[in-house]
Amino acid sequence: MAKKIKISINGVSVEIDQDTTILDAARQTGVIIPTLCYHKDLCVAGNCRVCIVEIMGQKRLTAACATPCEEGMDILTNSLKVRNSRKHIIELLLSEHNADCTRCYKNGNCELQKLASEYKIMTQDFIRLVPFKNYTIDQFSPSIIKDDSKCIRCQRCVRTCAELQGVNALTVAHKGDQMKITTFFEKAMNDVVCTNCGQCINHCPTGALVEKNYIEEVWDAIADKTKHVIVQTAPAVRVGLGEELGFGPCVRVTGKMVAALKRLGFDAVMDTDFTADLTIMEEGTELLTRLKRKMVDHDPDVKFPMATSCSPGWIKYIEHMYPDYLDHLSTCKSPQQMFGALAKTYYAKARNLDPETIVSVSIMPCTAKKFEANRPEMHDSGYRDVDYVLTTRELAIMIKQAGIDFMRLGDVHYDRLMGESTGAGVIFGATGGVMEAALRTAYELVTGRDVPFDNLNITPVRGMEGVKEATVKIENPLKEWTFLEGVELKCAVAHGLVNAHKVMESIISGESNYQFIEFMACPGGCLGGGGQPIPTNPEIRRKRAEAIYAEDEGMPLRKSHQNPEIIKIYKDFLDHPLSEKSHHLLHTHYSPRDRF
Amino acid sequence: MTTNYLLKRVDFIFKNENDWEVILSKSINRAPQELINELISSELKGRGGAGFPTGLKWKLSAEAVNDTKYVICNADEGEPGTFKDREILSRVPFKVLTAMAVCGHVIGAKEGYIYLRGEYHFLRPELNKAIVEFEYYCKEIKFDFSIKIFMGSGAYICGEETALFESMEGKRGEPRNKPPFPSTSGYMGKPTVINNVETLAHTFTIFKYGAKRFYDLGVQYSRGSKLFSVSGDTPKPGIYELELGMSLEDFVEEFGDGDTKAVQVGGASGFLVPRKRFHETAIGFQGKLTGISLPTGGSMMLFNSSRSMFNVLDNYLEFFREESCGQCTPCRVGCQQLLKGIKAVKRGEKNAQYLDKLLRLTETMQYTAKCGLGQSVANSFSSIVENFREEMIY
Repeated sequence: MAKKIKISINGVSVEIDQDTTILDAARQTGVIIPTLCYHKDLCVAGNCRVCIVEIMGQKRLTAACATPCEEGMDILTNSLKVRNSRKHIIELLLSEHNADCTRCYKNGNCELQKLASEYKIMTQDFIRLVPFKNYTIDQFSPSIIKDDSKCIRCQRCVRTCAELQGVNALTVAHKGDQMKITTFFEKAMNDVVCTNCGQCINHCPTGALVEKNYIEEVWDAIADKTKHVIVQTAPAVRVGLGEELGFGPCVRVTGKMVAALKRLGFDAVMDTDFTADLTIMEEGTELLTRLKRKMVDHDPDVKFPMATSCSPGWIKYIEHMYPDYLDHLSTCKSPQQMFGALAKTYYAKARNLDPETIVSVSIMPCTAKKFEANRPEMHDSGYRDVDYVLTTRELAIMIKQAGIDFMRLGDVHYDRLMGESTGAGVIFGATGGVMEAALRTAYELVTGRDVPFDNLNITPVRGMEGVKEATVKIENPLKEWTFLEGVELKCAVAHGLVNAHKVMESIISGESNYQFIEFMACPGGCLGGGGQPIPTNPEIRRKRAEAIYAEDEGMPLRKSHQNPEIIKIYKDFLDHPLSEKSHHLLHTHYSPRDRF
Repeated sequence: MTTNYLLKRVDFIFKNENDWEVILSKSINRAPQELINELISSELKGRGGAGFPTGLKWKLSAEAVNDTKYVICNADEGEPGTFKDREILSRVPFKVLTAMAVCGHVIGAKEGYIYLRGEYHFLRPELNKAIVEFEYYCKEIKFDFSIKIFMGSGAYICGEETALFESMEGKRGEPRNKPPFPSTSGYMGKPTVINNVETLAHTFTIFKYGAKRFYDLGVQYSRGSKLFSVSGDTPKPGIYELELGMSLEDFVEEFGDGDTKAVQVGGASGFLVPRKRFHETAIGFQGKLTGISLPTGGSMMLFNSSRSMFNVLDNYLEFFREESCGQCTPCRVGCQQLLKGIKAVKRGEKNAQYLDKLLRLTETMQYTAKCGLGQSVANSFSSIVENFREEMIY
């Protein structure tokens, strides 16, 4: 138990734990102190100064986010001095900000705009500083647009990139009025070590960092009668989308989302969860094949641990940071790209469509997927496999534009052929999900029995711990897998690239001896992706994870290999996992990238 | 040279004394608490600008429990109009080194650093020689203390103690949130004493002559002597060690050119005192002195009637606009607004009342900026604008 101390906030005495910041103490007692540079995911910066409060007896005001309470503090959060100063600070930020709100992508979801509205800043007394600066918009990246004229220098993006991701693509340069958030040598975001994970976007309070949106392109495709527009939705979208459209963060809106997509005019609405199941078939088989090659054939070229390859942010990270370890990656494409390749082959054939006319759209919780779809090797169908990638946020915008009353929609099921999924596909959206899904299938494949965890829930790989470990011992395998008898499969799960870094370093140093590792670029996995609704914070991530696991529990089928459409695609089209066709369509290769 | 009995010259700092070995050996054989008490009773306050009681600073770090502690000499002398520290380091470096080692003895630190202003790289070779000699002696008497020089890179903000730590740690020189304070969490998160060069030199005097000799100089709340860097419209610019508590009138009598219009005390982050206030202004730390009393790094800039106070302010603001680290809103944007604001008033683009809005803005900057830089921009701005308002407008 922490020691309790007594303080007073706005004249009300309260008892709080020692070392609580003034900001947290106020929140606990129902007093809201506005913030800008503060974010629950990040270390305290205390640089915007919006959260200043008055401590009686002190001449200067104090940043509530950065100051711990002390016994007997008499704190005023709304005194005249505080109000005047806070108003000044908001006015100063606005004077430096390109406040062309109606033409801003973040209009309506901007923390600075919200503050300006609360404090009713109606006049422009201070001199506008934007025209004096030579701002250019960096829009070379397929994922991220960076507009410095909207930046308020809160450094949330910088802290995100350093603390959550350890990438440090964004940093602070220069000082005084020239101070800005920029990249290595002020190059374009596309030309530096950036994983396109979009966490900076998710943590930006204003419109300085936003995703490159493809909303109009998708509307055009839908309107084009010569095109057959097919859409896939990622597992994590269904637990996030509701937040943008009036629901809380633990609400699953799968059926409503499908209904909305149909109303938007997509010709077919299908599920990335289907290719998530397919990924498990391919990746699980790949893992077992690698084990066999190592243990039976003693092939020196086979690399362990094998690492998952579903997260394009992680892929770009390893290509930049550990180019010598690319052989460790599973060759499986991500579920999005598997879907894309099949959409213009398997689906086109089954529906008797000219693949030329198919426009393949994906709805992702991710901005790195935009980059991934753009990779030159992702053309295995003979066309660009995925034409447009929209984030969860962009889909919400389309639904609002279309005038769909989302709350009142009924539930609709995905279209057939690539719309069926199992609980294993669903949990891809949470950290540890790919691991859990893979173990459910691989274990059964080897032993013919269910994975030895209560109700198939492999809880050691769940939760928000940065690096998680699990060991599965294989006993009494089927005849063809006898070489695995007694083998302890050591697995690890890392989410957030800063944790990926830790695991990679432990592999390089030889400290760890894992066989299989799941890596996800974003904290919490895809449910905390850079393309998810803003805000995303630890509490929201936890709730989205609960929703995902609830969805899994509620599904009749919870193992990828049970998915009838998976059985069908192998029967009709792919033959078997790692078949020649699979290799052509579902697997890929990686390229080393420079560190600068 | 005229002498004024009201303006008492003192000669402690630059007095060439070759007995540093003696002072060092003597001091490190005294109990830390005794040395702290000596400093506390001398009422020595930091000579860098903020004026924190030195004895208390050492005491807090001595009380902090940690195996590793540091002593840092802040030689990032960047305040416009201040040029005393470099003279101390080049003329009497051993006083400073000795004081650092004694501080190490008091608080339990084995390592000291001199954070040397980037522009002072020319001092480095001689200073290094002194350090080698000093460390050799320490070894001889079996006293474990080493000193290294850390070169700054030219940012004014890095003189702010926590920004200085960040800079030494290889990070961007940005001030930290306080608390925690350096005495418990400074360089590398360890308890750290960070003192200005001159402050350390004064501790040498105190350890040599005892607290009373120091305390007897000066006035209440402002004890001892201080180096003043005198510049501007004066026939005798230079560095002078003077007793604290003198009136500005006496100072101008001594150093002015007969036409002194105003004196900027404490550099760009200090105050401007107009002629009509000379007689009621005493030079010392903030306390119960008559008139405004001044936080001071010791910069005294004299301006005569040929000077435009608008240009003076414009120059200071230009300096702050560039030297703000840019981290916190009030300082980064505030400085830009003040600079652009006075220019706009001068050009007639904003009316005279806009100056009042800017004065209120400086008040906000004083209340809300993260560190001393942003907080003290108000000093020169308000003292110049209030006293020379007409010059700002016409």
